[in-house]
Amino acid sequence: MPEKFDVIVVGAGPAGTSCAYTCAKNGLKVLLIERGEFPGAKNVMGGILYRKQMEEIIPEFWKEAPLERPVVEQRFWFLDKESMVTTSYKALEWGKEPFNNFTVLRAKFDKWFASKAVEQGAVLINETVVLECIVEDGKVVGVRTDRPDGDVYADVVVLADGVNSLLAKSLGFHKEWKPEEVALTVMEVMKLPKKVINERFNVNDDQGVSVEIFGDSTKGALGTAFLYTNKDSLNIGVGTTLSGMIKKKMKPYELLEYVKEHPMIKPYIDGAETEEYLAHLIPEGGYNSVPKLVGDGVIVTGDAAQLVNAIHREGSNMAMTSGRLAAETIMRAKESEDYSERTLDYYRTAIYDSFIGKDLKKYKDATHVFEENPQYFEQYIPLMNRAMGTFFTVDGTPKREKQSKIIKSFTGKNGRLGVAKDLYRAWRVVK
Amino acid sequence: MSLESISEGRGKKLNILVCVKQVPDTKIIKVNPKTNTLDRSSAPAILNPYDAHAVQEAVRLKEIHGGKVTVLSMGPPQAKEAIKKCVEIGADEGFLISDRRFAGADTLATSYALYKAVQKLMKQDGGIDLILCGKHAIDGDTGQTGPGIARRLLIPPLTNVIKVAEVNLEDRKIQVHRKIEDGYELIESAIPCLLTVEKEINEVEYSPLPNMLKAARYTPIVWTVDDLEDVDIKQLGLKGSPTIVGKMWPPAKSEGAQILAGDSREQVREAVSIMLQQRELFKVKGGERV
Ligand SMILES: Cc1cc2nc3c(=O)[nH]c(=O)nc-3n(C[C@H](O)[C@H](O)[C@H](O)COP(=O)(O)OP(=O)(O)OC[C@H]3O[C@@H](n4cnc5c(N)ncnc54)[C@H](O)[C@@H]3O)c2cc1C
Ligand SMILES: Cc1cc2nc3c(=O)[nH]c(=O)nc-3n(C[C@H](O)[C@H](O)[C@H](O)COP(=O)(O)OP(=O)(O)OC[C@H]3O[C@@H](n4cnc5c(N)ncnc54)[C@H](O)[C@@H]3O)c2cc1C
Repeated sequence: MPEKFDVIVVGAGPAGTSCAYTCAKNGLKVLLIERGEFPGAKNVMGGILYRKQMEEIIPEFWKEAPLERPVVEQRFWFLDKESMVTTSYKALEWGKEPFNNFTVLRAKFDKWFASKAVEQGAVLINETVVLECIVEDGKVVGVRTDRPDGDVYADVVVLADGVNSLLAKSLGFHKEWKPEEVALTVMEVMKLPKKVINERFNVNDDQGVSVEIFGDSTKGALGTAFLYTNKDSLNIGVGTTLSGMIKKKMKPYELLEYVKEHPMIKPYIDGAETEEYLAHLIPEGGYNSVPKLVGDGVIVTGDAAQLVNAIHREGSNMAMTSGRLAAETIMRAKESEDYSERTLDYYRTAIYDSFIGKDLKKYKDATHVFEENPQYFEQYIPLMNRAMGTFFTVDGTPKREKQSKIIKSFTGKNGRLGVAKDLYRAWRVVK
Repeated sequence: MSLESISEGRGKKLNILVCVKQVPDTKIIKVNPKTNTLDRSSAPAILNPYDAHAVQEAVRLKEIHGGKVTVLSMGPPQAKEAIKKCVEIGADEGFLISDRRFAGADTLATSYALYKAVQKLMKQDGGIDLILCGKHAIDGDTGQTGPGIARRLLIPPLTNVIKVAEVNLEDRKIQVHRKIEDGYELIESAIPCLLTVEKEINEVEYSPLPNMLKAARYTPIVWTVDDLEDVDIKQLGLKGSPTIVGKMWPPAKSEGAQILAGDSREQVREAVSIMLQQRELFKVKGGERV
């Protein structure tokens, strides 16, 4: 007789583990199934983990979790070929309790997080792939794994299987993502001595820096590159929408090489040794791409549900909150022993009422607008650089003349109206 | 006390004990170039691959004859993971002997400690018919531990086993194939005895889901030195280990190797013609070519 659990969670990333942890803590019988050798084995993330949403699951987790550095400075670089305009915010307060966010290495973090769920009583099995949901009378009643005697049952199955979510797809919750709904990202973990990192980024041992890089880092395609400091390594990566890669005929690893060789970036990674090379998709369709979230006996969470705020590179936190909300929904459903879509719909409402729904709504058109109007990344960033260059190069030209030259450079191609329209449009999508 | 006395008169079931070791994955491990020692933190710990085959074989025999598969390991607390892996394969129970006083053991001290644990297990379970070990551990590589245990228990060690042909519980006999230079030999032994197994003995199967669930919930039983009986502390750990490791170094990488294609006859022909071209190979003392 196959075993029956209260809840089966598929995927031990931030979404799945948050759900399993919360369910187990509240006394439910939980099975967490992960296909990797261990949770996090192949999971990929630039590396910024947000304190707030994690703390809602495990208070004061930073005292125990394998974190790299608390981020005290967020830098933004607008990159041209041989110049950049930068802005940043540094706050020493972020380096102290309760912190703002941390850099992490997911292979370590996910493993630890899953072990906490196990401590709460969740049963974790690794190296096991869920092939499909078992559906009886239109209800999801369990999952079929790739192992012999591999069926296992539950009142509710939580899909936390990440961006591709073949499982939600096979239930008909969503179609294959379109190339503009996902970003293809590649990154490397590069070993560099702690001392060198501290010097290059102007921090001490327990302070970290995040750098987001726009413009030439993606050769003008919609996307970003990033550079984050770990304890004694750097995470460097780059990604653009899949459609951007296709349009510009770029290969992801070539783009990453280009970023690493960029004269503005190279000095930061000089001498660092590549330890790991990783590639992954990020769901970036946003609000309009969120699939059906619940069905009879099933809930979709995290990346599987497209819950990512691409503009602010927030994904892991949305995954965690969605996992927690799924758990809370299941606990409510348990009271009435009713796991129908109608009862579980509480989850959908909770998602849309939370910061997840609100933030996704705020930026719902952003990706689309930037995708349709490549001038933002292709033209304005180089123009910004030239403007700064013109303004600050002391060559005897009077400043007023420089200003009008700069304005002309902006309006030359698109006309005054064009620029005004672009500015307005950009403001509209992020307002 | 010999095993015989304890397993005598038992039912027609086969109780098997498998000794397993947790080892660093030597496919990945790095050697510290300064100290020439293994950098154990550089590689994940795994179940010694040969031991996985031993457990699989025990499970297979249990399916035929009934009985029980118990695993035993000596190691640090993390070695519990290796035992859980054995439960995934199908072991019923697992014991870890773990204590600072075991640390630094060479094969002599390791087999002594394991022997003491086996003695205790024999009493607990009312008998062990067969002990299985791997051919060797991929880190230590000596292949001495198994025979060391057998010698102390005064039971026959059958090494390099590639097939268990027959187990006869009535006559208390076992027939196995032992790998030898070219081919194998079929030998018969009384049980209880100890086998060390080669990888050819079986394929380690993809564990069924119920085993995975069992393993995930399983907590191996941990014994310290104090849980064992009549232990001579002087024979344990570093104190009980006469082995001295003189020096360790990574083997020099040989270059210029060539892989020959074709069937064996073509390969031989090709190899001979290459060797004939290597003049020095076929010189006699005086420098004359043969
Ligand atoms: C390069 C990159 C940089 C990023 N940077 C950031 C950042 O800085 N900050 C941030 O917050 N977010 C970032 N994100 C997004 C973030 O990584 C994701 O939003 C987050 O990991 C989503 O969590 P999840 O649990 O939904 O999915 P995942 O983390 O993808 O976990 C899914 C899990 O399910 C398992 N699985 C999948 N299918 C099956 C199956 N059939 N059976 C069993 N198991 C299965 C997988 O092995 C995996 O462990 C980044 C993403 C990428 C790719
Ligand atoms: C050159 C050298 C230096 C060493 N230095 C040290 C040292 O400084 N400190 C130290 O602590 N150790 C050291 N060891 C390790 C220790 O001697 C061996 O790990 C241990 O005695 C087992 O020997 P082996 O690894 O050769 O296993 P083998 O005899 O090759 O293993 C054969 C089989 O015996 C069984 N077996 C072996 N070990 C165990 C075990 N622990 N529990 C259960 N079953 C087992 C398994 O079935 C295994 O497949 C060293 C080993 C060598 C060869």
